[in-house]
Amino acid sequence: MLDKIGIAKRIAQELKDGWYVNLGIGIPTLVANYVPFGIDVEFQSENGILGMGPFPFEGEEDPDLINAGKQTVTLRPGACIFDSAMSFAMIRGQHVQLTVLGAMEVSDEGDIANWKIPGRMVKGMGGAMDLVASAENIIVAMMHTNKAGESKLLKQCTLPLTGVKCVKKIVTELAVLDVTPEGFKLIERAPGVSVEHIIKSTEGRLIVEGEIPEMII
Amino acid sequence: MKKVVNDADEAIHDIQSGMTLMLGGFGLCGIPENCIAALVKKGINNLVCISNNAGVDHFGLGLLLQNRQIRKMISSYVGENDEFERQMLSGELEVDLIPQGSLAERCRAGGAGIPAFFTPAGYGTEIAEGKEVRIFNGKPHILESALTADFAIVKAWKGDHYGNLIFKGTARNFNPMMAMAGKITIAEVEELVEPGALDPNFIHTPGIFIQRIFQGKNYEKRIEQRTVRTKSQ
Repeated sequence: MLDKIGIAKRIAQELKDGWYVNLGIGIPTLVANYVPFGIDVEFQSENGILGMGPFPFEGEEDPDLINAGKQTVTLRPGACIFDSAMSFAMIRGQHVQLTVLGAMEVSDEGDIANWKIPGRMVKGMGGAMDLVASAENIIVAMMHTNKAGESKLLKQCTLPLTGVKCVKKIVTELAVLDVTPEGFKLIERAPGVSVEHIIKSTEGRLIVEGEIPEMII
Repeated sequence: MKKVVNDADEAIHDIQSGMTLMLGGFGLCGIPENCIAALVKKGINNLVCISNNAGVDHFGLGLLLQNRQIRKMISSYVGENDEFERQMLSGELEVDLIPQGSLAERCRAGGAGIPAFFTPAGYGTEIAEGKEVRIFNGKPHILESALTADFAIVKAWKGDHYGNLIFKGTARNFNPMMAMAGKITIAEVEELVEPGALDPNFIHTPGIFIQRIFQGKNYEKRIEQRTVRTKSQ
């Protein structure tokens, strides 16, 4: 079974040289720490950065330089700054190659819910709806089940949707799955996790074909 | 052409209860701190505020919320403010949540004379309810309308007497497009300079969009999430 860092490391293996990548808040942010050697990617932050760097050293924080999670960050050499309309032109115009974000639920058709729990939590969608509506390649990073042990990979989302038929791949602590027209397709198992465990933890349609390899992290 | 005013009090003197305001900023980054303080002091209420976020408890727009001066918020993300959540869940505060890119583009459109546009963001979600859907290039899009405001209030790093503005870092965010969409736009800047002191090649917001400008003071620039690494990392 993977921890959050393991999930981030596995997603980092999907990065391709030259890609522009938008990372959501939470586990997705960690992906930036595990970019494979020899691969050069630029991170886009939707509040207006291309070429976002790591957190600043203590004492060097700049209140005028934050990421979409309102955390203090730095700029890499060659970075650029722009306004919010320009930022979402990049996103909507499909100039960003990969979006990684968290989710509360994903359906086996690729619908995603991650912005609202009616009556309990209303924080807003931020940029998530724009990102999932336009990104060609969306990877969801999340835990396979919720705190009550219920599957988050569902036949249909029960929470208000963020986007429809958009998620392409999911990486959880248990597995890597592709979203196909026939449902979730099991691609890899996390170290030490059985196929049965994944089947039991997945409520939506799940395709298991042949031997399922264990992830190499 | 006299755009320079003395301070925030003078800049906002004719903002009245019930008006619609746009306020720049992302989180607490690039918010017009001086004008928000002046609005709190002026005590007007029933305001409709268009701003990506709603500040935090006890700072930014959170100050206006705490004072019950806001009737309605139009935002994309409001997760950092307990008082906001309380007022929203109790029904005291009207809230319109909009995808962030649509919010930015609606402001830009408002300032650019485009009454509405189609976007894929929000299709198939509750955001799309009641909105016209059209298919372009095989993909469904929803119709979103432009936003304008009685007053737009923005914060810049440097500005000149003609209202030309330069922003610093990610404090730019929503400020440039909101500056375009105000019937009257107020710019508060950290440094107000003489015309000619700013390089015309590096102006972010042309002065034509700005009606009033002043040099602000005592900027706090609070950091919401102070994240650092240690030298050994």
